[in-house]
Amino acid sequence: MQVTGEYEPVFTGDRRARLDAILTRYPTKRAALLPALWMVQEARGWIPDTAMVEVAQALDLTAAYVKGVVTFYTMYHQHPVGRHFIQVCTTTPCNLCGAEDVVRAFLEHSGCGELGATSPDGRFTIVEVECLGACGFATPVLIDDDFIDGVTVDKVRELLARYP
Amino acid sequence: MGYPHKPHQKETVLLSQYFGDPEARTYGGWVKRGGYEALKKALGMSPAEVVEVVKVSGLRGRGGAGFPAGVKWSFMPKEKSKPHYLCCNADESEPGTFKDREIMRWTPHALIEGCAIAMHAIQAEVGYIYIRGEFTEAIRIMQAALDEAYKVGTLGANAMGSGRRLDIWIHRGAGAYICGEETALMNSIEGRRGNPRIRPPFPAQAGVFGMPTTVNNVETLTSVPHIINRGAEWYQKLSLSNPKSSGTKLFSVCGHVARPGNYEVTMGFPLKDLIYDLAGLRDGRTLKACQPGGSSVPILDRAETEACLLDYEGCVGQGTMLGSGGLIVFDDSADMVYQIMRLTRFYAHESCAQCTQCREGTGWTVRILERILSGKGTMGDLDLLLDIGEQMTGKTICVLSDSCAVPVVSGIKKFRGEFEAYITGARKPVLAVA
Ligand SMILES: Cc1cc2nc3c(=O)[nH]c(=O)nc-3n(C[C@H](O)[C@H](O)[C@H](O)COP(=O)(O)O)c2cc1C
Ligand code: SF4
Ligand code: FES
Repeated sequence: MQVTGEYEPVFTGDRRARLDAILTRYPTKRAALLPALWMVQEARGWIPDTAMVEVAQALDLTAAYVKGVVTFYTMYHQHPVGRHFIQVCTTTPCNLCGAEDVVRAFLEHSGCGELGATSPDGRFTIVEVECLGACGFATPVLIDDDFIDGVTVDKVRELLARYP
Repeated sequence: MGYPHKPHQKETVLLSQYFGDPEARTYGGWVKRGGYEALKKALGMSPAEVVEVVKVSGLRGRGGAGFPAGVKWSFMPKEKSKPHYLCCNADESEPGTFKDREIMRWTPHALIEGCAIAMHAIQAEVGYIYIRGEFTEAIRIMQAALDEAYKVGTLGANAMGSGRRLDIWIHRGAGAYICGEETALMNSIEGRRGNPRIRPPFPAQAGVFGMPTTVNNVETLTSVPHIINRGAEWYQKLSLSNPKSSGTKLFSVCGHVARPGNYEVTMGFPLKDLIYDLAGLRDGRTLKACQPGGSSVPILDRAETEACLLDYEGCVGQGTMLGSGGLIVFDDSADMVYQIMRLTRFYAHESCAQCTQCREGTGWTVRILERILSGKGTMGDLDLLLDIGEQMTGKTICVLSDSCAVPVVSGIKKFRGEFEAYITGARKPVLAVA
């Protein structure tokens, strides 16, 4: 992988300082990889190849190594997603409580149509995810960084309205 | 207590006493409730003394395997020649389990205190709390509590004025159930793909960064301050049946119940009381089955459920396991075939794909179950599933592979009629042709 054209680095100013602080917590530079990738995603909304090169340089790793790690973890976006990223749990405990109906309501009211697709207005991307660790609060939904418990079909429309 | 419900008189509320009480989240509020007394006491004891107290208490790991915590701590080298580490496992991703999240959301300082005591016992200066990436709220609350603890000097270079350095950092995961497996968790902290490691070496010899390491679950560590405060004998006696299982345990009750939530009961509590009295079935429904310890433990039918006592031995006695205490309840309306298929999709999605049996076996299992659910299955498919299940058991680097087979094998054994109904056409297909 190579950086071509204009590239605006992620780790400058305040973010560079935050990364430096994180590096003091671990005996190796490599260990700061997951936190560094989180910072990229916060700043860019996803993790482009160019940013992987920058992370690799900052942590003395190869870009291929960084990509290998990015692809392992499902929460890192390797492609741009809608302005709001919605994750709905449909694993068995939530499934027993109607999680698939909740997913259908999200698809319908968001205009996404199908899972993984971004709505035509660029506002939403919706995915089904495996157990979110809140099975007693079915159905839990993660919208961006907001963890929302107990979402039912009748709450979906109002919930979406809160994310312009 | 069964937050968000009121405590039930049959509960023994130790860890969950302050669930739902936002004041308990703050340093001041926690100290007012007796917080950090145990850490002060432990820092006045030698590490070996702390280990001994936890050993005698009988506290066993609450992350799933039930290994005695004090014994695990005693495996750490006594003579310290390298840095030691504590990893707190807050990856909580086993379907059915949501107790660690509540501990972190409501009583973050209880976990910090437990970590700090464990770090003293195993002579670690640095501890990492590995929290799954999706737990955004828990991460925020834990970070705020850590900031407070540093500010007042409970943590840092001279923790509570003891001269001991105690540093605790949060390491955020990024979406991978397998990182709850302790060696995968250590790889993930090191900035690697979360593949489980082959043992030996065991973590106490060569763990995170190749250094002696102890990995403990959130609930295990949060139980420790109570033991330090009230004594090992008191904890040892908290047991309703088998003395090898002591203390209280949080059960995350979910699925087909009227009042889902975390219920805290003394070890040995009857499973049927937890389902019928505490969480309650929904109106007009009867119990069909349950998994008492998360999605990876064998399914119990109704008769077995009604006979089961909730401790490590009681669960084994009924052919299942206590696991993480994630109790998934299925009532008479549940389609066992579909729900078991849904569980196997979970394992297929979460396999790290290092071992052939797991990578291929999880996928095959899903596809065969989907075929049955689409009305295209054959009776031979059931034998095939059992055969694959056997090939997936006891042959891989970690037990995720076994875990996928468990609900399938126990499900076919106990609910064979439901599988056959899809195969004979007695039941209408619920999936399009696979
Ligand atoms: C596939 C797999 C997933 C696991 N997930 C978790 C988990 O999310 N949380 C946890 O505490 N332990 C989990 N464990 C168990 C850990 O490997 C380890 O035994 C535990 O964290 C030790 O802590 P304890 O002795 O206090 O229970 C998992 C094990 C396996 C094989
Ligand atoms: S059993 Fe599955 S999850 Fe565990 S190491 Fe092997 S492939 Fe990975
Ligand atoms: S199954 Fe949905 S949060 Fe656990």
